[in-house]
Amino acid sequence: MAMLSFEGKYRVRGGTLVGGDLFDFWWGPFYVGFFGVTTVFFSLLGTLLILYGAVLSHTFNIWRINIAPPDIGYGLAFAPIKEGGLWQAITICAVGAFCSWALRQVEISRKLGMGYHVPFAFSVAIFAYVTLEVFRPLLMGAWGYGFPYGILSHLDWVSNTGYQYLHFHYNPAHMLAVTFFFTTTLALSLHGSLVLSAANPKPGESMKTAEHENTFFRDIIGYSIGTLGIHRLGLFLALSAGFWSAVCIIISGPFWTGGWPAWWGWWLNLPIWR
Amino acid sequence: MSDPIKSGILYGTALVGIAAGTLFGVTTLLGMNRPPIVSVQRGFRGTGMDQLYTPATLAALQVQARVPRSLPPASPAGVKAAVAYKNVQVLRNLSVGQFTRLMVSITTWVAPKQGCSYCHNVANMAWDGLYTKVVARRMIQMTQNINGNWQSHVQNVGVTCYTCHGGNPVPKNIWFNNPGPESATGIAETQTGMAHPTAVLNESSLPYDPFTPFLEHAVSIREQGTTALPSGNTASIKETEWTYALMIHFSQSLGVNCTYCHNTRAFGDWSQSSPARVNAWYGIRMVRDINNAYLDSLQGVFPVYRKGQLGDSPKVNCATCHQGIYKPLYGVSMLKTFPELAKPYVEEAKVEAPVPAVTPVPGVAPSPTEKPLPVVPDNTTPHDSTPH
Repeated sequence: MAMLSFEGKYRVRGGTLVGGDLFDFWWGPFYVGFFGVTTVFFSLLGTLLILYGAVLSHTFNIWRINIAPPDIGYGLAFAPIKEGGLWQAITICAVGAFCSWALRQVEISRKLGMGYHVPFAFSVAIFAYVTLEVFRPLLMGAWGYGFPYGILSHLDWVSNTGYQYLHFHYNPAHMLAVTFFFTTTLALSLHGSLVLSAANPKPGESMKTAEHENTFFRDIIGYSIGTLGIHRLGLFLALSAGFWSAVCIIISGPFWTGGWPAWWGWWLNLPIWR
Repeated sequence: MSDPIKSGILYGTALVGIAAGTLFGVTTLLGMNRPPIVSVQRGFRGTGMDQLYTPATLAALQVQARVPRSLPPASPAGVKAAVAYKNVQVLRNLSVGQFTRLMVSITTWVAPKQGCSYCHNVANMAWDGLYTKVVARRMIQMTQNINGNWQSHVQNVGVTCYTCHGGNPVPKNIWFNNPGPESATGIAETQTGMAHPTAVLNESSLPYDPFTPFLEHAVSIREQGTTALPSGNTASIKETEWTYALMIHFSQSLGVNCTYCHNTRAFGDWSQSSPARVNAWYGIRMVRDINNAYLDSLQGVFPVYRKGQLGDSPKVNCATCHQGIYKPLYGVSMLKTFPELAKPYVEEAKVEAPVPAVTPVPGVAPSPTEKPLPVVPDNTTPHDSTPH
């Protein structure tokens, strides 16, 4: 297979975390590595278990497949396979596959001699997932608090779990997370429109440079964060969104069992206006 | 710090330490709870229909819900109260023993510190000059009505004076019509009854008086459309916020969250709701009956200092009986030892002037403004709650 121009730099030996040279090879265009093998193992097993779950629930309707966690009564113990044990096994596979993928990203970053920005960013997504499915259930004392695997069923869980706290929009960390999500899209839209404008001049004009882009934003809002800065900002905003999402759910239950509106009592009771 | 492994461990530990310390500090500072928690699963696994509590909350509620010991039952034999005493209008059929036992019990339930003289002129017990006596008589009728005609809500557990009063002359949780602060109306309206947090609504910014429209009047509560796409549902966001406020009050009153009654994927769908929602449906009608037929009828009896800003009677909502517990007094039936309160007396209608204006018929919506429901919510029409 033909290599891309930069693949020569990428296809270098070494940089592996475990296994030395054993898995340090490419399969077609794909780097394998120890963690590539574990990724394939966990994702394949997990997918097959989901299919088994679909068979058990007598539906292959993609919207309705539902693999639910055990009853809360099982606590943190293993449950029978048909009563939530399947969910537990799939969760193990998911965590295994996600972490393997992140570590494979680490190995590739090392081969490229670049920073760990990519695996770090992906780790925040993993962190949010593990918070939902592992940390929060651990703190609350039962695997049954995890969300079920199913397109519609997990949305139903989100709805009910939100309404366990009467009005989830009052959750302060949820406010932050939502704000970061929206700000991420705002920043991306500003950045994307700027790049597209600069790169697509009128017929006959030459493509604009970064200096032109900076000038545009200095004119319009008095400040330009710059070509490198916008990517740092974008990363910060996106990771903050994921991070505060994890915070907003870890505090719901383990640290607050009532309605989120009442949490703001401390604000209402500040001595300056109480 | 040249060793990357060592510094990594150090920084890693510091990072986790800072995060844990911050979490601990914030939760302590803001009065948040910490694990463990107690929960009750009320739906299929994975649906998230769980009730969450802290052990401390439950312990406090257990203390609050302690039931006073009932006096030993009195013999129904002997002279009737109507004969032995003057001006006995409601409890005429009781024997003197039963009557005295109930009067003593009511004193401990309602006015333990004030004693008999809270309602009676002790020189002339029959005198109706004290407003409290007139109110108490009407409240006894109300209790009998609840126990006799609203078993759809109170079932066989029933209520006594203690359920709401709990040793207080005025129950802790009552409400009045709340006009709120003055504000512009019409096109200049900005507040729509919102942004005035109150404890009864979980300190939320939802409309502060959802009780007057829904628990005194019978404004339609259901706002959710029954089809995926818009099909003529004209309920506004504002109306929806009022419903939301009422529902928050239900949650607050019962110490439960929305999923106690609803599977929130489809709030209005009876086939996906928990059986508790049926009970709540009757409860709403019961509360309207209590407020209209009993408390509003006492408007001329209550002295000014017992009335609200608009001169209205004190009224009940869910919290009046429930007081933060899904079943008042955790379902202990005091009525069993006080069968005198179990149903209205047959003679009552002859003797008493203020008969309830509307005889409550559970399951039949009392107001034309609200769509009536089938008596038993119909599971065969999951997306339609209109009558067939």
